[in-house]
Amino acid sequence: MKAVVTVTGTDRKGIIAQVSSFLCAKNINILDISQTILGDQFAMIMMVDASECTEDLASVAAAAAEMGRDIGMSVRVQHEDIFNAMHRV
Amino acid sequence: MFNSTEVIETIDMIEKEHLDIRTVTMGISLLSCIRGDAEQTARAVYDHVVRRAEQLVPTAEQLSREYGIPIVNKRVSVTPVSLITAAFPEESPLVARALDRAADLLGIDFLGGYSALVHKATAEYEARFLSTVPEALATTEKLCSSVNVGSSRSGINMDAVKRVGELVKETAQLTPEGIGCAKFVAFCNAVEDNPFMAGAFHGVGEADCVINVGVSGPGVVQHALSFVPEADLTEAAELIKRTAFKITRAGQLVAKEAARRLGVPFGVVDLSLAPTPARGDSVAHILEELGLETVGGHGTTAALAMLNDAVKKGGVMASSRVGGLSGAFIPVSEDIGMIEAAEKGAITFDKLEAMTCVCSVGLDMIAIPGDTPASTISAILADEAAIGMVNNKTTAVRVIPAPGKKVGDTVNFGGLLGRAPVMPVHTGSAEKFISRGGILPAPIHSFKN
Repeated sequence: MKAVVTVTGTDRKGIIAQVSSFLCAKNINILDISQTILGDQFAMIMMVDASECTEDLASVAAAAAEMGRDIGMSVRVQHEDIFNAMHRV
Repeated sequence: MFNSTEVIETIDMIEKEHLDIRTVTMGISLLSCIRGDAEQTARAVYDHVVRRAEQLVPTAEQLSREYGIPIVNKRVSVTPVSLITAAFPEESPLVARALDRAADLLGIDFLGGYSALVHKATAEYEARFLSTVPEALATTEKLCSSVNVGSSRSGINMDAVKRVGELVKETAQLTPEGIGCAKFVAFCNAVEDNPFMAGAFHGVGEADCVINVGVSGPGVVQHALSFVPEADLTEAAELIKRTAFKITRAGQLVAKEAARRLGVPFGVVDLSLAPTPARGDSVAHILEELGLETVGGHGTTAALAMLNDAVKKGGVMASSRVGGLSGAFIPVSEDIGMIEAAEKGAITFDKLEAMTCVCSVGLDMIAIPGDTPASTISAILADEAAIGMVNNKTTAVRVIPAPGKKVGDTVNFGGLLGRAPVMPVHTGSAEKFISRGGILPAPIHSFKN
């Protein structure tokens, strides 16, 4: 099952490192990353494969949001279907 | 891979523009719960609802976390209770309280279906059932009640219209600030698969158990329109359609997945724009975004007609099954734009009535003076039912004659129900007209066979 990870907030060092380590610890594989900086605003979108993750996506999402709070960023993990539904016919 | 614009658009819709799934509503048939007496029936109803809906709240919460989209309410609708208690109608409040206890245990927000369908005539058991509505609403927290008093096919049951006026007054007296009236609605052309309250009930033509989902997102539509201030109305309608499509697709996804996980059939997506009192979640503000200085002014009905139609057209493409009420709601107390327009006198009762000719339902969540006679409330309902009957659409009345309140006072309901300035109603008496009773005949164009 694939999910979309989005990370937004004020740019600082180590964001990608933190998020990647978090995903690796959950056995989630990163398939694609796009990242931009606008002014001092950091925005990253990742497509990930969570099929080997043993936790359900809802608890991964909750843990990711908490990890985001620790580093002062908004981190969301959402099932890809919500984006498929809204943007693909 | 999605492009970043698409991903950010969805996240902004949810986080900044109040896109949400307003409700996942499980419809449950109670026909198998009829027993020999009221106590046994109430027990069977309680057991059945608790068993069927046991996983509703945890499943909806799980889906909300996985998709990252709020699911604001979890609700249950049941078979009109008047049918379940037909052999002992006076004791129907026992079933009402059993349903309320079940709702409490399940952690759902509302339970609808303390209802009677009397559009052609009021059977004796229904008349006795209707008399229990004020007590049922006064002794429960989450229970909602509705009555269907007319249809395009059968005409309007004016005896029932008269009775509803009295019931609204009684309910207002029995509940603080008249809040019981916020959980009671009278319809013409009620639909059997509506997931929205207070009018949700599970029709007898429905499956045993079904999942209906109501989507929302007036803020998303307003936001989209704010980027095209110079667009003509054809282009604006197209934009609303596209936006409604995306909103409804999210609802369809949640509805199908909730139904699959709960092991019950998917019913319908109700593609309504349902406002909340939060700023940025207002249908009135969409109309103002289209170019009206204030909602309630001339042009409001035309703007609402366009909005309602565009929402339906966009939504129908997005879902395999649409139903319920589907369109734009205009509840006064639940929409910050409406509240503000009512406070400054920009929107009147008569303009609201005109708007109900083209919106999805009717006169909704309007506080009126506490001393409004029952016959005037009945006459308000008669007018509204006539609009529904002649135009083949659902119309409804949910007014609150707030005890002790006068024009200019405000009634606070709290939460999603919001607050309402007390609006003036016409004082010319309809007593004689309403006391005539009988059936207002169906229009000639109802005979389509």
